Amino acid sequence: MERFPTLFFVAGVGCFAVAFLLSLVLPAMTLGNYHDMEYRTMEQLAAVPSHEFLELERVYPEAFEEAFGAADSASYAEALQLGRDLYVGQACWHCHSQYVREVANEAQRFGAPSRAQEYQNALNQPHLWGTRRVGPDLSREKGVHTNDWHVAHFLSPKNIVPSSVMPSYAYWFEADGTPKRDGFSIITYIQWLGTEEGRGEE
Amino acid sequence: MSSAALATNDLPDLTRTEGRSLVEYGLVRAHIAAAGVALAISMTAGFLYSLQFLGWFPFADEYLSPGHLRLVHTNLAAYGWLVNGFTAMTYYVIPRLTGQRVWSAKIGWLIFWVWQFILVATVSGFLMNKAQAIEWGETPTGFRPGTFELNWIPVDLLVVIGAVLLIVQLMVPLYRARDQKFYVTLWYFTAGLVWLALTYLMGNVIPEWVLPGAAGAATTGLFIHDLVGLYVTPMGWGLMYFFVPLILQKPIWSHSLSVIGFWALAFFYPLGGVHHFLLSPIPDYVEFGAITTTIAIEVVVTTVVVNFFMTLKGKTSALRDSFAIRWFYVGAVMYFITCLQCSFQVTWTFQKIIHFTDWVVAHAHLIMFGTFTFWLFGTIDWLWPRVTKRKWYSRNLRAWHFWLSTMAIVIMFVDLTIAGLIAGFMQRELNPWNDILDASLPFWWVRTFSGAMMIAGLFCGLYNMYMTCRHGEPYDETESLIPLSAD
Repeated sequence: MERFPTLFFVAGVGCFAVAFLLSLVLPAMTLGNYHDMEYRTMEQLAAVPSHEFLELERVYPEAFEEAFGAADSASYAEALQLGRDLYVGQACWHCHSQYVREVANEAQRFGAPSRAQEYQNALNQPHLWGTRRVGPDLSREKGVHTNDWHVAHFLSPKNIVPSSVMPSYAYWFEADGTPKRDGFSIITYIQWLGTEEGRGEE
Repeated sequence: MSSAALATNDLPDLTRTEGRSLVEYGLVRAHIAAAGVALAISMTAGFLYSLQFLGWFPFADEYLSPGHLRLVHTNLAAYGWLVNGFTAMTYYVIPRLTGQRVWSAKIGWLIFWVWQFILVATVSGFLMNKAQAIEWGETPTGFRPGTFELNWIPVDLLVVIGAVLLIVQLMVPLYRARDQKFYVTLWYFTAGLVWLALTYLMGNVIPEWVLPGAAGAATTGLFIHDLVGLYVTPMGWGLMYFFVPLILQKPIWSHSLSVIGFWALAFFYPLGGVHHFLLSPIPDYVEFGAITTTIAIEVVVTTVVVNFFMTLKGKTSALRDSFAIRWFYVGAVMYFITCLQCSFQVTWTFQKIIHFTDWVVAHAHLIMFGTFTFWLFGTIDWLWPRVTKRKWYSRNLRAWHFWLSTMAIVIMFVDLTIAGLIAGFMQRELNPWNDILDASLPFWWVRTFSGAMMIAGLFCGLYNMYMTCRHGEPYDETESLIPLSAD
């Protein structure tokens, strides 16, 4: 019992393997058996550019063309990926969660509780559920606010929500408030969150 | 201290075999020094991040942003401070308990520099937006998501290489001593090193490349939990079981209890991972399993806490004489509070309110700072004169370090726990978000204040370590067969 091989193989490898099976492989298998759990690739997610993405092109034609060319599914995919990369890189997900629970009146505040199917796609690999809400949950954010609201809010959150502690992301925008490539992308990504809502419902 | 002083390895040593030092003191010193520097940067980053909550954040550029500093804070605390600190201690403890040297001093220095390079690449990667979306494992993959195109130094890969080298380095003496019966500290170290490699691989590979979405969340939950439960915890317990009896010069109270603790940790601890994402789309039966085993962990932790207090019993004067024992004592009290809290907060009843709030931040600081950092401070307090062969420069500075840290963590814990409860209930009662922020603000002021105390304490400690190297009086281990007299 108290010798090297037992400790190495039984405790080290063995106990880890038991937990790996019970709390990882087993839930993964259960989730895999849910209906409508096919993985959606970036091409599938970006097949139809969102209203908000098209609106960004309409409102800022020159800046948009410089950043992405035309608004099509290829540029939409590009913007979503870059937007997600910024969301990850700037640690947005450490202050905003991305799942709505069925408790604590969260459905009233944020919208429908989350389902596993919504997260089975390229923009949730790895997932961005987060563990802290300094700011509100963002998993139903699509269409809650307009693009203009987001531009104003990213430039100076305190102007919109007086007690906000969110930093300004003015460096994603020109001095006159026109989004740069990063600004377009983060708004596109935020306006995508919630698109998969309802997936998996009977 | 100068790097020459760190590299000097020819200081007198009581435990020489074949004319060579059993313990590679240079590596112990270097890892402790690197750990101290990493902790100083980590705490400073955390402090600056907390200023954002007060509207006082000093920078406005894309690189030194509050989000980036938060990543620097947590990752340097884990990979810079704790890993370097525990590595230093294993370099000291394993050869002494097995009677075998580590694999190679040269490899040791290679690992040391690879590890510090990893930290630099991680921090600079964060500033360049290259973090990976895995909590506590944000170390950059270095690959563009979903592809094998490099966009940064592949830190994850380097960590695996560094960790494997480190494990071989430390497993060599353990393997050479395979015919001995191991003291319980070595049980924890053996298993903890295997777990570190498996945990890091699992957490950084599976959610990134294999399982997206909810199944990936089960994995990252397990990763967060295992990193603490299967690396930090066994290393910390191993230190407690080695250093406390050594400092007190008496055997551990109950060996059987430590054995029960070990196997219960090995079995129950890794099953609780999903508790980081309760009431989520992860299947309920998995959540119930995680909740039940998490409550069981409270029993496991009690074995360690009871063993510590019973070993101390009859020698409580050590609390007056030895700073190391003070650190361990406060750490053990904090540990009991954290884990008792854990067995309540893991239930759905508590989760409804406290999840997503500052309560969890308080909990994380209590365990990572209040317990494991305190225990590492305790071991460093005892070890630093022995590895530098210098007496502590200032007793007052040691006292300041201890008292500032202790008061800071108590204030921070109480403050953020209350803040979490208030914010949690306000969220449930559908108060406007702006009002929740207003209600939290006074608590965030106190949090920043307690953070400043913590940093002040740390700088007392680091300055004292530096001055001990430069100006401490020579310390001769032979004159201190009773270690307490070193104080």
